[in-house]
Amino acid sequence: MTNQLTPETPDPELVRRAQAGELDAFEMLTTRHEQRVYSLAMRMLRQEQDAEDVTQQTFLSALENLDGFRGEASFSTWLLRIASHAALKVIRKRKGLETVSLEEATEASEHSDSVPHPEYIADWRQSPEQLVQKREIQRLLNEALARLDEKHRLVFLLRDVEGLSIKETADTLGFSEANTKVRLLRARLQLREQLTQTLGDPATQLVRSHHHEH
Amino acid sequence: MKCEELLTMLNEYVDGTVDPAICDEFEKHLAGCNPCQVVVDNIRKTITLYKAGQPYELPIKFRKRLHDALREKWKEKHTTPKDKK
Repeated sequence: MTNQLTPETPDPELVRRAQAGELDAFEMLTTRHEQRVYSLAMRMLRQEQDAEDVTQQTFLSALENLDGFRGEASFSTWLLRIASHAALKVIRKRKGLETVSLEEATEASEHSDSVPHPEYIADWRQSPEQLVQKREIQRLLNEALARLDEKHRLVFLLRDVEGLSIKETADTLGFSEANTKVRLLRARLQLREQLTQTLGDPATQLVRSHHHEH
Repeated sequence: MKCEELLTMLNEYVDGTVDPAICDEFEKHLAGCNPCQVVVDNIRKTITLYKAGQPYELPIKFRKRLHDALREKWKEKHTTPKDKK
């Protein structure tokens, strides 16, 4: 007699049962992860129809390739990588780059190796926990993200928002690990700069001396 | 350690993957450099804020379409073909 599937049934067991032929187990996995896949697709593509297509492709692909999933990475990581690849395809197509890697497509405004100096330095007035409750905050976050160069945004989304490792992020995007790290740093610094301009308390603003050494 | 050097190793420090010896240097600098302290704090908060962000809700019609498509695909995959060619 098999155990009942519940919302508490862990992913590995749902995967095992889906691989054994239980549709309900696969549906439950989908329900559990669809929002995260869709959110990543929306943040990468910023267009609802494309995000829907990518989300659907992701789960259909997971269904078709379920037997090949060995559990080396977590199921959610596996899904996010499928989703990222599908989204990247859309991005390359938008740029007319079907056969060119994202790495090779350089953006004119990008100075890949320079690290931006923090300009506006101030303590934030509220904690992240408080800020997250506010409705306007999502718009602020999305706008700041949208202003990043694409490669930096993609690295930040996969590494910091979705929690993939540097190596997984690099492999998924087709970047070297070194470039991935630099882009992550730039993304973090640029986001910090933008957010602090709005969220920073001007009363605590500091001016950094450029020749400061300890 | 200069502010510039600290900046290039911010990732490792924030992620906790920095070499312990360098970590000491880092913290010595931070102890005496308020701007760098604030920048590090800002960055930690930035990451936390994005991680905690609200996920996008799936449009209801889309969700239904998605699950219907999956069920149909599942049936196709799990139906034995009558004749194998």
